[in-house]
Amino acid sequence: MISIKDAAAKAGLMGQAPLQRESNMQQVQSTKWMTHGEAGLTLFFTVAAFVCAFAAAKALDAPFAFHASLAAAASAAAAFAIVNRYFDRPAELPPQEINGKPNYNLGPIKFASVMAMFWGIAGFTVGLLIACQLAWPWLNFDLPWTSFGRLRPLHTSAVIFAFGGNVLVATSFYVVQRTCRARLAGDLAPWFVVLGYNFFILVAGTGYLLGVTQSKEYAEPEWYSDLWLTIVWVVYLLVFLATVIKRKEPHIFVANWFYLAFIVTIAVLHLGNNPALPVSVFGSKSYIAWGGVQDAMFQWWYGHNAVGFFLTAGFLAIMYYFIPKRAERPIYSYRLSIIHFWALIFLYIWAGPHHLHYTALPDWAQTLGMTFSIMLWMPSWGGMINGLMTLSGAWDKLRTDPVLRMLVVSVAFYGMSTFEGPMMSIKVVNSLSHYTDWTIGHVHSGALGWVGFVSFGALYCLVPWLWGRKQLYSLKLVNWHFWISTIGIVLYISAMWVSGILQGLMWRAYTSLGFLEYSFIETVEAMHPFYIIRAAGGALFLIGALIMAYNLWMTVRVGEVEVTTPLALQPAE
Amino acid sequence: MAETELDHVSGKTTTGHQWDGIKELNTPLPRWWVLTFYATIIWAIGYWVVYPAWPLLWSNTTGLIKYSSRADVGVELANLEKIRGDKMVALGAASLEDIEKDPALLALARARGKAAFGDNCAPCHGSGGAGAKGFPNLNDDDWLWGGSLEQIQQTIQFGARSGNAKAHEGAMLAFGKDGILKKDEIVTVANYVRSLSGLPASQGYNAAAGAKLFADNCSSCHGENGKGNKELGAPDLTDKIWLYGSDEATVIETITNGRGGVMPAWVGRLDPSTIKALAVYVHTLGGGK
Repeated sequence: MISIKDAAAKAGLMGQAPLQRESNMQQVQSTKWMTHGEAGLTLFFTVAAFVCAFAAAKALDAPFAFHASLAAAASAAAAFAIVNRYFDRPAELPPQEINGKPNYNLGPIKFASVMAMFWGIAGFTVGLLIACQLAWPWLNFDLPWTSFGRLRPLHTSAVIFAFGGNVLVATSFYVVQRTCRARLAGDLAPWFVVLGYNFFILVAGTGYLLGVTQSKEYAEPEWYSDLWLTIVWVVYLLVFLATVIKRKEPHIFVANWFYLAFIVTIAVLHLGNNPALPVSVFGSKSYIAWGGVQDAMFQWWYGHNAVGFFLTAGFLAIMYYFIPKRAERPIYSYRLSIIHFWALIFLYIWAGPHHLHYTALPDWAQTLGMTFSIMLWMPSWGGMINGLMTLSGAWDKLRTDPVLRMLVVSVAFYGMSTFEGPMMSIKVVNSLSHYTDWTIGHVHSGALGWVGFVSFGALYCLVPWLWGRKQLYSLKLVNWHFWISTIGIVLYISAMWVSGILQGLMWRAYTSLGFLEYSFIETVEAMHPFYIIRAAGGALFLIGALIMAYNLWMTVRVGEVEVTTPLALQPAE
Repeated sequence: MAETELDHVSGKTTTGHQWDGIKELNTPLPRWWVLTFYATIIWAIGYWVVYPAWPLLWSNTTGLIKYSSRADVGVELANLEKIRGDKMVALGAASLEDIEKDPALLALARARGKAAFGDNCAPCHGSGGAGAKGFPNLNDDDWLWGGSLEQIQQTIQFGARSGNAKAHEGAMLAFGKDGILKKDEIVTVANYVRSLSGLPASQGYNAAAGAKLFADNCSSCHGENGKGNKELGAPDLTDKIWLYGSDEATVIETITNGRGGVMPAWVGRLDPSTIKALAVYVHTLGGGK
């Protein structure tokens, strides 16, 4: 422990005003101490600010200089914020419990929820733009920063990692506290996770626009972003684990198994896929350690399990908490949840090679990828069954509660895309579907229908709980959001099915003399109407999300305050 | 931990666990789910027996049918060879004129040409060869560098202003930019050029001056009558076909800054028989001479 004076002197912020304010407020307290976390992080960020400023000065390329300056500014701001927070806080850290009831930590969750909504709208907007670029190429504007090649990874990362990631962080921090009946572990650590994660997104996203990429799908960020994410992710794991360990419940809730599987596996995937040697520690370019078909195999082992553990396991955790909570019904089957959890975890990790059918990947690896994908069908559907059947006895609520309807329809989309996925992994089907728009349609039935809707449902539940509001500002607007977005999804995926199958059939059409029937440009021409329909679907989905943002904003601003049981003091049973 | 209780809706008991008010039912696994799961596992094991599946120390299990996707490609290529192998050799050996006379060779050349055209030529000339502004239409009988089989083949092989030593050279001069003609002279000669194909002249245009300017500056390439010169790639100015546009502003732009569209050389990028097939295909599009 470091005394207040030492800490203030170290940070160079020794001033009269804060100290006096402290002494007025804390007369009964003996001495105020800086925690190890506060002191350590202040030191860390102070050093980081200087190191990053030095790196910015020595930078070999402009994007690296920009990112290093950004990191220097953020580090300085973090060090300042920690010291400032220290002066403002009482001598005692917030208690673990108040009157025997857990004192939940909601601040970082609120922040992640707001960021989820922000990045969601940003990601959907970029998605709409690139959908329009495919239909009307002049929308590339002939500028490098707005070209499809740079905006496409911006879109995928913004929706998966920025939107989805913030939803996962927010809900996991909420669910783990409530279902463990314990305050989130750590004082600054949860803030470090949410702020650090969003800083990673900022660096990765601006990097794409400036052309910084290691060209691995869904793993585009360069080496320095990857290193930073590793640090943040390890802290995330520690906060989550420590909260689970100090739980007051005898058993660990099913959602927490899924969250933990998601956090651990993403760490392993990230480390496995990203080992790289920077050309210089002062430059943004690096080379991946893996080469050739090994690199491809690592990439799709990573890529498919980003789907499996980020977009499936993580969001199943959301489903397992928010559906029973909203429906006020018990989870359909405890046994099914155990069996499908372990089956899913064991089988998913093998399925990656189905992304590399009919390539240089050896036949035996393709076989394993395909067969494990087929075996994955039922374990995936175990989650769907548990989600849908939890509604038994509460189906009537679907008529009156559009939030629950959104959650349930998300599970239906989950079931549909986890049937479609194994089917597309079968080699003969894949020989038609691969590289076509069918894949894009498949991904979006999962992304918009499952991940999008379950996230929307969770945020609609979470925002009133976090801000202590009785209910949402308007259920009618949720209903509008539901229908507009559902129509958008249906337009999107049906357009891509037709377009993809048409494309696949045109590509494989041969004349009697063995020449290709259609040139590539003719297939592009044939796609045009479907690209317009797809863009229209994306526009509807974006409109729905804007309605949601307005609704949530109004819930926080003018929603009726829940006075009787403020959340922090509410018993957790 | 709470006691297990009976859920009246489902008739099942709960497990007794409870988290934040959430309970779990003690429902057994759905039988159809278990059976389907087993079925997929059995199917997978069967597939492993038949197909290459598991890595061993130095090799892998090959499966009963010894499947190999590499061998499959070999079979398909052999089939292709059977369909058209001999004919492709004949195509390579035959002269351009002979190809057009032999219906079987012509059909092969047109099929090969169409496929190659779609992949290599369509981006500029359009998938039907109809061209676009600055990219000649290949369906009409107006040819910048000649429309005979040999001339077309020559153009495809070496291109125009492509940097290849044998490429068609010579470009329209930039009469305005390079200070050869003054602005008002350009307007006058532009009107004269338009009048050659019967387009109306703008007010106050001096036809005699236009004719003189044309004779002094343009006729060396485009000919005294403006009929063009295929040796130089100089277009015929008396027809209604305009590569860059016939409106006065565009003609003035052409005379002021010159033109010199590029066609790449395809020799070395496409094999000789493909270039031959392309020449025949383009020749038979409709405008071949």
